[in-house]
Amino acid sequence: MGKYILKRIVLALVTIWAVATITFFLMNLVPGGPFLSEKAISPAATAALEAKYGLDKPMSERYFTYILDAAHGDFGDSLKQRGRTVMEIITTKFPVSARVGGIAVVLSLCLGVPLGILAAYKRGTFVDSLFSVIATCGIAVPSFVICTLLMYAFGVRLKWLPTLGLEGWKGYVMPVCALAAYPTSYIMRLMRSSMLDVLGQDYMRTAKAKGLSQKVALFKHAMRNAILPIITYLGPMIAYTLTGSFIVEKIFTIPGLGGEFIKAINGRDYTMIMGTTIFLATFMIIMNVVVDIVYKLVDPRITLK
Amino acid sequence: MSEYLVDIQHERLSFFTPAGEVKALNDVSIHLNQGEVLGIVGESGSGKSVTAYSLMGLTAYPGRLIGGTLEFNGHHINDMTEKEFRKIRGNEVSIIFQDPMTSLNPVYTIGNQIEEVILLHTDKNKSQAHERARELLELVGINEPEKRLKQYPHELSGGMRQRVMIAIALACEPKLLIADEPTTALDVTIQAQILELMIELKNKLGMAIIMITHDLGIVANMCEKIAVMYAGHIVEYGTTDDIFYNPKHEYTKGLLKSIPRLDAREHERLVPIEGTPVDMLNPPKGCPFAPRCGNCMKICLREMPPVTNISDVHYTQCWMNQKEQMESEARA
Repeated sequence: MGKYILKRIVLALVTIWAVATITFFLMNLVPGGPFLSEKAISPAATAALEAKYGLDKPMSERYFTYILDAAHGDFGDSLKQRGRTVMEIITTKFPVSARVGGIAVVLSLCLGVPLGILAAYKRGTFVDSLFSVIATCGIAVPSFVICTLLMYAFGVRLKWLPTLGLEGWKGYVMPVCALAAYPTSYIMRLMRSSMLDVLGQDYMRTAKAKGLSQKVALFKHAMRNAILPIITYLGPMIAYTLTGSFIVEKIFTIPGLGGEFIKAINGRDYTMIMGTTIFLATFMIIMNVVVDIVYKLVDPRITLK
Repeated sequence: MSEYLVDIQHERLSFFTPAGEVKALNDVSIHLNQGEVLGIVGESGSGKSVTAYSLMGLTAYPGRLIGGTLEFNGHHINDMTEKEFRKIRGNEVSIIFQDPMTSLNPVYTIGNQIEEVILLHTDKNKSQAHERARELLELVGINEPEKRLKQYPHELSGGMRQRVMIAIALACEPKLLIADEPTTALDVTIQAQILELMIELKNKLGMAIIMITHDLGIVANMCEKIAVMYAGHIVEYGTTDDIFYNPKHEYTKGLLKSIPRLDAREHERLVPIEGTPVDMLNPPKGCPFAPRCGNCMKICLREMPPVTNISDVHYTQCWMNQKEQMESEARA
């Protein structure tokens, strides 16, 4: 186990380096730059800014400087948000996104798993069809539509919930629902098909032949086998959801990290692009290792090498 | 109350599928004494397993019992609820399935899966159940039981897993053990070991066994009585000697001819039964075996033959036998 984790850490470093390298060169290939704006800045000022941030140097030199600094934990200053380091921005904005995203993850698990089991258990009935329609909608309808509908219904019409910000628990309701819609639907469908598969397995027949009640057969024997695909999905899903959604944060005016990804790219905020990308990649890799370990705990057939 | 341990009278069971009603069992009658071994043979889809499963209330959806009476160990199976079934399953009647590779839950230890059934049906506590599980593994001939209890199914071989299945089945000393092709998925040497184990355990524990198989070799070794099933009918029933030395039904004769024999002459061919099994959605009007029968008569295609008693135990459902019996009665 220790050896496995060590191996994964080494692999993770290689992966992060690769992600950083590809991002760095792709980002520099895109036309434009951080200091272009409609308002013409004098060439002298632009040159001075570029010199300040080292952008006047050749690309290869900039690359090595960046990787070296990043290896020491220095991700540089944001080019657009003057006076703030990339690290500072991420550490202040990530908790905001993570809080909303975390609640959404928990909600989607608490809803998706039981509803999926119920749908599998009642396959072919009205309940199953109803859930199937709801899940399809949840997957197919884009989040900006869900956000807008929620906002119109609960914010504008009923005036139950605030339409912007995260003041009090009420502020969380709509963003969380909008974020959870897709994962909930996906988990529900995944759980349903995986449960149906497990319910048809021979060991479920054995469980019944032993005289176990439906409840024990379902929650002891079926659950642990059926949950495996959910765990696989959960890894990347947690990473994506916790780092925030651009659309949901934009619509509900949440000062989270989700917006930073897009803002950085649009503004050619090079250090910010690198920072957010490396952050997401690292988070994703960590989640995958966690998933592997959880997998091993749930299914003894899996060996971690 | 029946004097038999198992008493099935005129059981009819159908699967109501979207394509139509599949009559899986048509007038099946079986009885079994304590400690007796009954073999049910027949090809796939002949109703062997359905008969046995219905005794445990394990009939798969959309199957439904539509006629006859079933009794087991003083229970009237016909009007038992799921809750009552749960009390006898794994306790008074157990089952061993065909494929030991998939019949054990891969994510729980062997010990957990054996102890579970003991904890469920007896008032033993956790450590007593563990002790009993260890005993059971010894009983079914598994070495290092203490170590095996902590292992997972994937760490055991197929033969071993089937022994574990037998241990689970015998955990509460059932009155009846249903063995649903227990050796089909195992290789030949292991097959013999498992069968030997079953005979040994039967002699030791005295439970009755219903042995479902399509291997006549197995029933010849193990069973006292044999029911030959075809398309949901018991076409011939008798003692093992009756079936092997005095088969009356054309299907039974065909089955016996299709077994390879050690004393066969060189170049002697096996005789297959011509034709294909009946379409259970549209069974023929008369005897279901008639289309494949070498001695088919006109009446066979029109009417289902009645039961012809050859002796006290031995009976068949065949117009030929009925005809012979009427002729001999007329002569007498």
